[in-house]
Amino acid sequence: MSVQMNVASKDLLAVNDLKTYFPIRAGVFQRVVANVKAVDGVSFAVREGETFGLVGESGCGKTTISRTILRLQKATAGNVFFDGEDVFAKKGKDLTALRRQMQIVFQDPYASLDPRMPVGDIIAEGLLIQGMKEADARNKIVQEMLDKVGLNPYHAHRYPHEFSGGQRQRIGIARALALQPKFIICDEPVSALDVSIQSQILNLLKSLQKEFGITYLFVAHDLSVVEHISDRVGVMYLGKMVEMSSREKLFRTPLHPYTQALLSAIPVADPRRKRDRIVLTGEIPSPVNPPSGCRFHPRCPLAIDRCKVDEPVFEEKRGGHWAACHLVERVGGATPDLQSHKAAANIAAVPA
Amino acid sequence: MAVQETTATSIVRDNGVSEILKRKPQTYWSMARTSLSRDKLTLIAMSFILLIGLLAIFAGTISSALGVDPYDTEPVNKFQTPYIIPYLEWRLGIDTTTAPTMLYQAGGTPHWLGTDQLGRDVLSRLLYGGRISLTIALVAAAIAMVVGVLFGTLSGYFGGVVDDVFMWFINTMTSIPDIYLLIIINSIFRPSPLILTLYLGLLGWFGTARFMRGNVLKVRSLDYTLSARAIGATDSRIMRSHVIPNSMPVIIVITFIDVGALILTESILSFLGVGVPPPTPSWGNMLYGANDYIFYRDPITYSMSALHLLILPGILTTLTVLAFYLIGDGLRDALDPMLKNKK
Repeated sequence: MSVQMNVASKDLLAVNDLKTYFPIRAGVFQRVVANVKAVDGVSFAVREGETFGLVGESGCGKTTISRTILRLQKATAGNVFFDGEDVFAKKGKDLTALRRQMQIVFQDPYASLDPRMPVGDIIAEGLLIQGMKEADARNKIVQEMLDKVGLNPYHAHRYPHEFSGGQRQRIGIARALALQPKFIICDEPVSALDVSIQSQILNLLKSLQKEFGITYLFVAHDLSVVEHISDRVGVMYLGKMVEMSSREKLFRTPLHPYTQALLSAIPVADPRRKRDRIVLTGEIPSPVNPPSGCRFHPRCPLAIDRCKVDEPVFEEKRGGHWAACHLVERVGGATPDLQSHKAAANIAAVPA
Repeated sequence: MAVQETTATSIVRDNGVSEILKRKPQTYWSMARTSLSRDKLTLIAMSFILLIGLLAIFAGTISSALGVDPYDTEPVNKFQTPYIIPYLEWRLGIDTTTAPTMLYQAGGTPHWLGTDQLGRDVLSRLLYGGRISLTIALVAAAIAMVVGVLFGTLSGYFGGVVDDVFMWFINTMTSIPDIYLLIIINSIFRPSPLILTLYLGLLGWFGTARFMRGNVLKVRSLDYTLSARAIGATDSRIMRSHVIPNSMPVIIVITFIDVGALILTESILSFLGVGVPPPTPSWGNMLYGANDYIFYRDPITYSMSALHLLILPGILTTLTVLAFYLIGDGLRDALDPMLKNKK
């Protein structure tokens, strides 16, 4: 949308080499026998005022990243800086104050609202925790937030089960918004909703961003949703970031073979238009024991021998366009000719 | 129909909110109440418990109104059968001799449910016994609930080492037979209703804790707990305002079923002679007392005249336990949102 403007703005969130492992324990003494490497060394930065889209298949670690950033999940290694401050070093009151700045909207609108609490209390709970003792002041904000997300004031007295999925997601957004955060992580906020409702919620998120200047980290597996809302996009595969760039560059000239495959899978609403669909074979490998070298090599149509042993570095291949792939040369200007790579590797490009 | 619609829209246009939409919200508890009001069996069970409860509370008043006392022995009048049957026969004109004879033998005091081996009034003993049995069961269930919920919540919420230690403790304790423990405790302390209550309560919370732990594990993994943490809620706040309220159905159901089971346990312990010590009446030790006289026959008429000592406390115990189980079951249905629309 406004990439040029955003280039000038500073980083609000910086994630450096973040790792989140889930230990697998076994035996009488609960020894750690292996780790599920859900997030395995991811670095990126989100600039103030932008929407950073994070895409990838299920199980690639998107949700884990968002929960780790918010300290809802303990990180194994790495660090996160929010507004220049070390998130993982915060304790007690400082942490509570920090939580006010960073909020989250969850994927499942049914599980994310306490069924025993009236909506007004759900929205006001954060205000109470953050020290707003006067009930009147809280109610005023609740009414304001309900109005902002397109619900009615009298909804405050209702219980979550009386609302539809889309309305519940609005309540979830109101709860996050009530604390007036600078940064909201949207963890697949629309994937549980009907397509018709999805666009309403996306437009609501956009208009709130415009009004309050909120920065979003938008996690999704739906590429068209990400294309609609993001300024910059990061693509994840098996706990690693494989490509990151502005939305235009990523969707027009994807560098990484995985991104290309993902993009080729987006359905086109024109039956006459031929498209080359790159069909990935095989399942996403287990994050307990990820493949050697490039994690994508067992499924990569272009993989060469080097990919099996040598892990590619996630580096800036073009201006502002990062990728982790041996086949993408670090060039100054010209876009790489991946079609020739494809021809060389003689892979199956199935016409749709 | 059309008229209604226009009024509805005009109201909406007028003040933004229609009266229909402003309706009082249906809370979780009001829905449970509605669903419960349709459940006849549970309502009957609840009325029964209420009746028994009132009788037990007013045991003293009722007994003195009838001129009887649970501790007054009257050896001449032992093993009198319930007066109520001959009395009805007398009043209906079927048998006009038995009832007045019984009344004369008892010195003018009717023993409506007969007397026991020492000539004590069974009705007043049942009332006082009910007071003891119900109090022990209710207080012990309350202790078990509080301790069980506390340990279950902490165990499920924190997991890890806390969970391991608590579960090891619970598993170890449940694998020791209760009766042995009680016999040991009985040899240390003088047995009394208080000791029995504490014993039953403090050893009865393991099941509650297990159920609670399971439920907490479920609730803890739901997004609303995460979201509470994301807005800065402390662990204790999350437990108080999210985890425990969302476990209320489980807690209530288990506690009611516990009360029933505890009445039974008290009976069994008293029956084995390690429960409430005589002469204090409880339903259990009344059964225990009747045990030796089941086949007692009246020396003159040679009829079985001690069966009521067994049957009356037995039936009362059974019905009360059954009623508590039925209430527990009914509440489970009423409080479970998934089953809500089935009735």
